[in-house]
Amino acid sequence: MTKHFTLSRRVFLTSSLAATGALALGFRVPANAEEAAGATSDVKELNAWVVVNPDDTVLVRISRCEMGQGTLTGLAQLIAEELEADWDKVTWEYPSPGQSIRRERVWGNFGTYGSQGIRNSQQYVREGGAAARMMLMQAAANRWGVDVSAVKAAKNVVTGPDGATLTYGDLALEAAQLEVPTEIKLKDPADWTLAGKSLKRLDTEAKLDGSQIYAVDVKLPGMVSAAIRQAPVIGATVASFDADAVMGMPGVKKVVQLDDYAVAVVADTFWRAKTALEALPIEWDEGENATLGMADIHASLDEGLGADQAFIGTQRGDVKKAVAEAAKVVEADYYFPWQHHATMEPMNATALVSADSAEIWVATQDPEGVLAITAEAADLDILKCEVHRLHLGGGFGRRASSHEYARQAVLLAKEMPGTPVKLIWTREEDMIHGTFHPITKARFVGALDADGNVTGMHMRISGQSIRAGLMPHAMDEKGDPMVFQGLNEKSTEGEFGYTIPNLLIDHALRQPPLRPGYWRGVNNNQNAFYLESFIDEMAHAAGKDPYQFRRGLLKDHPLHLRVLDAVAEGIGWDKPAPEGVFRGICQHHGYGSYVAAAAEVSVDERGSLKIHRIVASTDCGHVVNPQQVEAQIEGSFAFGLSAALHGEITVEDGRVQQQNFDTYPPMRMDEFPKVESLLRPTGGFWGGVGEPTIFVAAPAVTNAIFAATGKRVRQLPLSNHDLSA
Amino acid sequence: MARLNINGTIHEIDAEAETPLLWVIREQAGLTGTKFGCGIAACGACTVHIDGVATRSCSVTLADVTEAEKIVTIEAISPDRSHAIQKAWLELDVPQCGYCQSGQIMAAVALLDSNPNPTDEEIDAEMSNICRCGTYNRIRAGIKRAAELL
Repeated sequence: MTKHFTLSRRVFLTSSLAATGALALGFRVPANAEEAAGATSDVKELNAWVVVNPDDTVLVRISRCEMGQGTLTGLAQLIAEELEADWDKVTWEYPSPGQSIRRERVWGNFGTYGSQGIRNSQQYVREGGAAARMMLMQAAANRWGVDVSAVKAAKNVVTGPDGATLTYGDLALEAAQLEVPTEIKLKDPADWTLAGKSLKRLDTEAKLDGSQIYAVDVKLPGMVSAAIRQAPVIGATVASFDADAVMGMPGVKKVVQLDDYAVAVVADTFWRAKTALEALPIEWDEGENATLGMADIHASLDEGLGADQAFIGTQRGDVKKAVAEAAKVVEADYYFPWQHHATMEPMNATALVSADSAEIWVATQDPEGVLAITAEAADLDILKCEVHRLHLGGGFGRRASSHEYARQAVLLAKEMPGTPVKLIWTREEDMIHGTFHPITKARFVGALDADGNVTGMHMRISGQSIRAGLMPHAMDEKGDPMVFQGLNEKSTEGEFGYTIPNLLIDHALRQPPLRPGYWRGVNNNQNAFYLESFIDEMAHAAGKDPYQFRRGLLKDHPLHLRVLDAVAEGIGWDKPAPEGVFRGICQHHGYGSYVAAAAEVSVDERGSLKIHRIVASTDCGHVVNPQQVEAQIEGSFAFGLSAALHGEITVEDGRVQQQNFDTYPPMRMDEFPKVESLLRPTGGFWGGVGEPTIFVAAPAVTNAIFAATGKRVRQLPLSNHDLSA
Repeated sequence: MARLNINGTIHEIDAEAETPLLWVIREQAGLTGTKFGCGIAACGACTVHIDGVATRSCSVTLADVTEAEKIVTIEAISPDRSHAIQKAWLELDVPQCGYCQSGQIMAAVALLDSNPNPTDEEIDAEMSNICRCGTYNRIRAGIKRAAELL
């Protein structure tokens, strides 16, 4: 195993300790599992982040995963900032989960989801950079025989009291022998010179000439490829298949049933495996979902909208009383359909299993989770397994859980010991066997007094819970608190910003059997669409301007209000829109960040929608790389508006109806609006940026459509609506 | 055995005639910069040039292409990332996950080859590749920047 491991790292990582003779400050990479098992006692955690090479290059380790969101570069900036590194000399590598487990998880959580890549790593990676810098300064002070307080560090150079200089490369060997400092003072962000700047990404060049190796591109000696067919009906199982019918086809090596729900063909190439799979007769036991369709699913969710029993998220005052005493009652029902991640790189994995080792090459947002899956599927001790991490060709939450493609690759490789097996899902397999954005509906009842003030509101959510789908054992009498993302009281993660004296937000769990999963933005997406649409409805019912109406309700939440004000100013809310153009506005708080958006749209007489312009604002506390935050804000509109305009996964006869981009069409360039990003960081906290703007994409546009047409879009996607006059 | 001219090299191809050019490029020629996205010519991740024309290689078979036709993949639009599109992409940090970018770049190179100074409408009409990360506005800006660099 060690041999394969070393070989593969040379192929895929930018640097190899063995090859460069570099010294990692305070630790060394174990040569094998046996050595590693006894080597944990001298591990110095802080310096696991930084390696200084004798040639003065600096290698920083990135435990979180890069899937386009720019976390890799941001974390490198934070480490380099505290290290006082020369940015031009900074390189990076991914530590592996196998290394981490042998070192008592020195790199912390690898999981990259929940917009946490920066905010939940920033403290320890900055400390790692600072500790390394302190050791380099101490090494220089020792060399010169002066106190460390007399030396300074900047751009990979330590300068002494008399102006003498030593490079980090000069000092690497000596610094590595020193004690790791325990008292570390981090820089004031006001003094940052690398962090907070719009530096270029560290991972762009290889993406320009085809040299970036994604998991689907991995090549190993003797490798074979596999195609898979999983049960087309939800929950169906394999009844029988006729392997003999295809064994004589070109390149075919093996036909394998996986668990009870899938059959795979292994061949010398993927195309031959896929061709044989399509010719393979498979009979299915379709099971209890064979007649399931949207009529059943809508009926279940509709019943939940009025059900007596529900899990309570937020409750204050007495909503029933407020409604009974209201001058005006506003009511509306909404629907947010299943969505698909549709990562550009379909699910795939390559595995190599022998009697005493298992390795997998995979794109994942949870490398440690895949390590556990690999060990379980290979039936081997976890210390005999390794995960080789590749950049993800899109993640969006699909690669955060439900790594059955990884398990399948290991099971296939186990059938062919010593032969690497690459499993690729076709787009159709990927689409049908997703982990779908949960399907929900919402029912609102709002109470207004005679002056148009909101005195009460009931928001009932009916539909799926991701927890109930993925971790049913974790459900208790409180239900799934994550259902209420962005609707919580007193939460730094996602707080309901409107001051409404009588408020009830609850959830009736209705769980149709199509598997729900984490879809970029997760439950904030539907919650923001529902709430921000209904706030607009109440503003209209109260005869008030939707921006000013929100301002009044947000009086106790100045940070929510601040980004709302920013987009109102940016779009020019107080000035008339261009002829025929109409505006919508909204805000939300999620993953620790405050976001708002305003949209300008027009709808022609045929009902054709054009989104002219979006202004979006984010307060994520600290900004590590402004141009990458802007890239996330822009990208969030492509993701959120693709769903709002076109996205809907449906089920009939127990089967997912959409199988490719022709029936699940993402937004393309010609539909994509101009986006102006207004970064309004207030400091003092760390919020995420990979997801939050998605929350406000749909309601900004649907509220603008209402302004343009008087038509309230309560069911997504827009493609099901006739907006013509 | 079929013969194909890929990036100026003649490759002997051992594959069935109906094999898509995409998989011939990836699995027989071993050039993995050209990506599999959908298999139905909907997403453009597999875009290559055939005699200079941007073509979705998942929907062209081995039998459709002759040795006389020049196939160019992302690996060969410049020897050293020096094509104006590549320079502009680097300058503007266009890619996010990057998986669609081979196809986007191949489409953009073909666009500028035929129209060195495209308008927004012309860019919209020619650039129909899907990007799930949402790099569209930087792609647009990158094409305009490359037009200046040409």
